[in-house]
Amino acid sequence: MKKIITLILAVAMVLSFAACGNNTTVSEGNLKVGFIFLHDENSTYDKNFMDSAKAAQEKLGLTDDQVIFKTNIPEGNECYEAAADLVDQGCTIIFADSFGHEPYMLKAAKEFPNVQFCHSTGTTAHTEKLPNFHNAFASIYEGRFLAGIAAGLKLNEMIEAGKFTADEAKIGYVGAYTYAEVISGYTSFFLGARSVCPTATMEVQFTGSWYDEALEKEAATKLISNGCKLISQHADSMGAPTACENAGIPNVSYNGSTEKACPNTFIVSSRIDWTPYYEFAINAVKDGTEIPADWCKGLEEGSVVLTAVNEKAAAKGTQEAIDKAAAELKAGTLHVFDTATFTVGGAALDSYIADVDTDAAYTPDTEVIKDGYFHESEMRSAPYFDLKIDGITLLNEMM
Amino acid sequence: MNNILMKIQNPLFHITKRASIVWWKAWIIRILAVVAALLVSGIVTLALTGLNPLKVYSTMIEGALGTSRRMWMLLQNMAILLCVALAITPAFKMKFWNLGAEGQVLIGGLATEVCMIFLGPNLPTGLLLLVMVIASVAAGAIWAFIPAFFKARWNTNESLFTLMMNYVAMQIVSFFTLLWSVPKGSGTPRMLEFGQLPVIGGQKYLLNVLIVAVLTIGMFIYLKYSKHGYEISVVGESENTAKYIGINVKKVIMRTMLLSGAICGIAGLLLVAGTDHSLKSDTAGGRGFTAIMVSWLAKFDPIFMVLTSFLIVFMEKGASKISEVYRLNASFSDILTGIIIFFIIGCEFFINYTIKFHSKSEEVRK
Repeated sequence: MKKIITLILAVAMVLSFAACGNNTTVSEGNLKVGFIFLHDENSTYDKNFMDSAKAAQEKLGLTDDQVIFKTNIPEGNECYEAAADLVDQGCTIIFADSFGHEPYMLKAAKEFPNVQFCHSTGTTAHTEKLPNFHNAFASIYEGRFLAGIAAGLKLNEMIEAGKFTADEAKIGYVGAYTYAEVISGYTSFFLGARSVCPTATMEVQFTGSWYDEALEKEAATKLISNGCKLISQHADSMGAPTACENAGIPNVSYNGSTEKACPNTFIVSSRIDWTPYYEFAINAVKDGTEIPADWCKGLEEGSVVLTAVNEKAAAKGTQEAIDKAAAELKAGTLHVFDTATFTVGGAALDSYIADVDTDAAYTPDTEVIKDGYFHESEMRSAPYFDLKIDGITLLNEMM
Repeated sequence: MNNILMKIQNPLFHITKRASIVWWKAWIIRILAVVAALLVSGIVTLALTGLNPLKVYSTMIEGALGTSRRMWMLLQNMAILLCVALAITPAFKMKFWNLGAEGQVLIGGLATEVCMIFLGPNLPTGLLLLVMVIASVAAGAIWAFIPAFFKARWNTNESLFTLMMNYVAMQIVSFFTLLWSVPKGSGTPRMLEFGQLPVIGGQKYLLNVLIVAVLTIGMFIYLKYSKHGYEISVVGESENTAKYIGINVKKVIMRTMLLSGAICGIAGLLLVAGTDHSLKSDTAGGRGFTAIMVSWLAKFDPIFMVLTSFLIVFMEKGASKISEVYRLNASFSDILTGIIIFFIIGCEFFINYTIKFHSKSEEVRK
């Protein structure tokens, strides 16, 4: 009997929420925010999003009842159902954190026009043109570039110490897929390193998975035995940092500090802080203002951050060099993808048509080189730099 | 002669198999098991989180059945899990351990996806759907037939063989997912626009539920009243008896696995064309293994499997609601699910066996 009453009450509650949902004005008290996460805090990728969501909740003074977390939501129909369930619970803005959630978020956005759907790392908001579906990213390539400077300085220090010669300064990079986001990441990292260590080269090994600890460890170990003097990665497990710590090879990390697990080899890590975006979008719903189809901010707004430099492993003067370059990037006097700093197939680029508008035929559609640099994340928030520049060797391709 | 008094030490209790048990006694044991499970989970909840267990339980119910959307979602999940369980049941009943349902579902799904991508733009919807059904059923059946053929022909170990076939299927699906991913190279599967199963009665999942309902009744009749069903039971009980009464065991094995794989193929079809409209290597979501529990708990009775699949999906939905409402890590709800399922499986022991207690010792006069 009790169960039946619970049930009836629950249904009644939902119906009353649905009734509330029709009133478009949102006051402070009944604002509800939903979050959809691919995994839970056991994944460094999702932990980064969850920490940002908690920080935004605190800054905006929202209670736990107003912020609903749905964790372990796969990239399938479950994502659509999770979003719809959040709408039923009265959420007027819903965030999702994984790339593969996008089509299901889009489906929900079409069904619930009064609710804002904000999808991180997605690519289709600017072509779908729905008023309530939005993409967001951060200009993480700037963070990667700065982390690359730390790597280049470390290489220089090792060269000066006589550990190897200048032309042996090879970097190893563990990547997930041969996909624009990863290519943009390792290229900006490499350009950062080469800006201070001109003889640096790089080898990239792909794993074909966003999260596979064993494969990432294996890839890093392979790169080290290939003669790579420093490792960085774009994959979400502790595989590569652990391999580096075991081998005593310096590591530049991603998604957050790995200093605790790798005290002797961790140099610095770049990461995206989603708090500014979450705050911005939630405030927009509160105030009834518009959220842009694409939102991409960087160092200036605190969307791209670097962890503290580990003095034990980093070269002297690393923090100063990072701060100096960061100031130049912010001022716009320095560009990560300056066409004067790289060549493709031996030639400098003055034009490139990138595949910015997502389609199944992968048609290149938009000119992205202007004023002497590649305009990354400006035509849409998610990266689209997919050029294979000279100096970087891909050991395998996941395509 | 003097009488010698001897003391014989008896064990405290001994266990004997019950010849039979009245149905209501069996159900009393089951209900007691659920009550005991709830008590233990309640204590664990209180000890680990300090939350009121009754509130936690009502959260579970609300999470699984709280809204009509959640009820539909529950039905949809039940339907798919039940479909896979129906598929493996005939194989398990003849003691052919088909651990390869996961792969058979995936291959069925892949066949569906191929039709949706390459034939989708060119065929009229009705014909496309027909081709998809044939392709998914055939693909699942072939995938299951391979280990069955090897078993019948060379007596290979079917557990290992079917298990390995899962990994082969997963790798094939991963390969094509990456090849066809949109955007390029992201590893994110492309959305399939053509050939989505029709929505009937305004309910997205109604068709799936109806298809599986029909399959359930069909499987019940097939196992209980058909000659094939009888042959499966005999082969399961004793291969030698089957041979003695003239059953072609090899033929039964291959035929049953074709059926098993075909139904897995349908599950793949329902997942790819009916709900997800995309395919990834984890689309089957471990159902190939969970289905074994569903089938076994129901003692291979398709009608009871409706209940057991409800139980498993209910626990799953309820558990994820717990982590949502109390912001607890999913591990906590897994612990609760584990405790409850442990008790439910464990109580079958007391249904099949009886425990007799003895007084500590008895005096025997010799």
